[in-house]
Amino acid sequence: MIRDITIGQYFPGNSFLHLLDPRAKILITLFYIVTLFLCKNFFSLFLLLAVAILSVLISRISFRVILKGLRMILLIILFTAALQIFYNSKGTVLWKPVPAWKFAVTDQGIFSAVFLSIRIVALILFSSLLTYTTSPTQLTDAIERLLSPLKLLRVNVHALSMMMTIALRFIPTLIEELNIIISAQKSRGADLDSGSLLKRAKALVPIFVPLFVSAFRRAYELAFAMDCRCYNGEKGRTRMKIMKLGPRDYVGFAASAILTAAVVVTSYVPLSSIFIFESVI
Amino acid sequence: MAIIETRRLSFGYSHGTPFEITALDDVSFTVEKGETVAVIGHTGSGKSTLMQMLNGLLTPESGAVLLDGKDIRSDKAFTRSVRFRVGLCFQYPEYQLFEETCYKDIAFGPKNMGLGEEEIRRRVTEAAAIVGLPEALLQRSPFELSGGQKRRCAIAGVIAMRPEVLILDEPTAGLDPRGRDDIFGMIRSYQQATEAAVIIVTHSMEDAAMLADRILVMNRGKLAFNGTVSEIFRHAEELEAIGLNIPASTKLIADLRRAGCELSPDVYTAQAAADEIEAYLRRKTV
Repeated sequence: MIRDITIGQYFPGNSFLHLLDPRAKILITLFYIVTLFLCKNFFSLFLLLAVAILSVLISRISFRVILKGLRMILLIILFTAALQIFYNSKGTVLWKPVPAWKFAVTDQGIFSAVFLSIRIVALILFSSLLTYTTSPTQLTDAIERLLSPLKLLRVNVHALSMMMTIALRFIPTLIEELNIIISAQKSRGADLDSGSLLKRAKALVPIFVPLFVSAFRRAYELAFAMDCRCYNGEKGRTRMKIMKLGPRDYVGFAASAILTAAVVVTSYVPLSSIFIFESVI
Repeated sequence: MAIIETRRLSFGYSHGTPFEITALDDVSFTVEKGETVAVIGHTGSGKSTLMQMLNGLLTPESGAVLLDGKDIRSDKAFTRSVRFRVGLCFQYPEYQLFEETCYKDIAFGPKNMGLGEEEIRRRVTEAAAIVGLPEALLQRSPFELSGGQKRRCAIAGVIAMRPEVLILDEPTAGLDPRGRDDIFGMIRSYQQATEAAVIIVTHSMEDAAMLADRILVMNRGKLAFNGTVSEIFRHAEELEAIGLNIPASTKLIADLRRAGCELSPDVYTAQAAADEIEAYLRRKTV
């Protein structure tokens, strides 16, 4: 159950995507997401979906892992799709169950439901690749570097990124701890999956009290350990690994720019002007 | 008759990801009523997976666990009752305390069993007495106790269910020798009071030799050895090959025997080794 969460996990490897500079990966992912929201028609949407699938193939991460990640958000997709069908009343009415109600299923409602679902799938596919192929330390390092201009506004970028590193580092630890606590309380007969809503909420107390206690204990221990190694923020700290953009990263940027251009052209330039020669003939 | 029996248990984790592991591979054994069995193996040998299978927390991919001759998966009500009849105490159980008072925490298991107020009170007092938790502490918050007391309180929470099979995963982890002796003492007194079978997971051969009638050695998900303490220690070399050491005193006696001294091979503690050598020297000088 909780063991099956794959979103946010890192799968070591040495594919093209693994070797890309993490800063480049973050920028390309952001670019992709923006493009995804710029896209207006099915042609460009399928182009984006195809690129996402192609990237999965390049990353050499098994499809089972990817599908597992998608399964987690299936509910969200179904919910959004249902909302679209129920609330979009523009277009031709296809089905009206109760004539007195305002509710009706329209062709545009179905269209936007399908469109949105594919958009979410593409979004999750592509953005989960970022964490699948980048180790947490690389990721936070890259974020620190990308946000460094904010230092001019006196934002403590280093502290923020250190907090993120620590948070990411402790997710698997706390999940493991949570699993043990659940197992231990189940061994004493805790019943987590039946009863009324109130009963189920109460059943969480034996799980979350120990989890919070242990999170605080770990926080204290880590703070002491950092203090013992003379950690005092960014001052005087040097880096072991210096990030440098290489030819591979420029290839990535170029591909991403071409994709955005293609999507913008097909979405916003009227079709007739693209096929202008045909119309002349 | 065997109180708990496993038949060809197999299990794996994370299928279809690069982290796939086979945790258990064809494990079969039985544990008799009133018997103490130590399960030994180093980290990742499948001990913990095995323990969680014995009370039905994990379902084996193939094979079965039998409690009193009945498959624990045979029906839902039975599976639930197995949780109480096979008491599983996890490693560092003090990290699972959550109630406002020790009394309430120990009463959590019996309450889930659906027992009456009076019976719960009896069981909590009895369990607290077995683990040596003073009655005055029962109304205190478990988070105010010392480390050793917390562990006693947590173990009492399992004992209060009066399980017929008591499983303890590394109950002495992080304790000093005295704390360890205390824990072993309370396991013995629980066993004497109830005739329960005890399964204790450890990676210390000394602990296993001190407490257990029988030792199961796990290696890479397989049951490598299953026998009495003296039988197991005769395989010193094979044990060392899988990274487990026999107690230093047993090793010393074995070396002396190889050198021609007539000593009994069944020696597992420093004290016994000293006595044995002293007796031998006396025999020789006479």
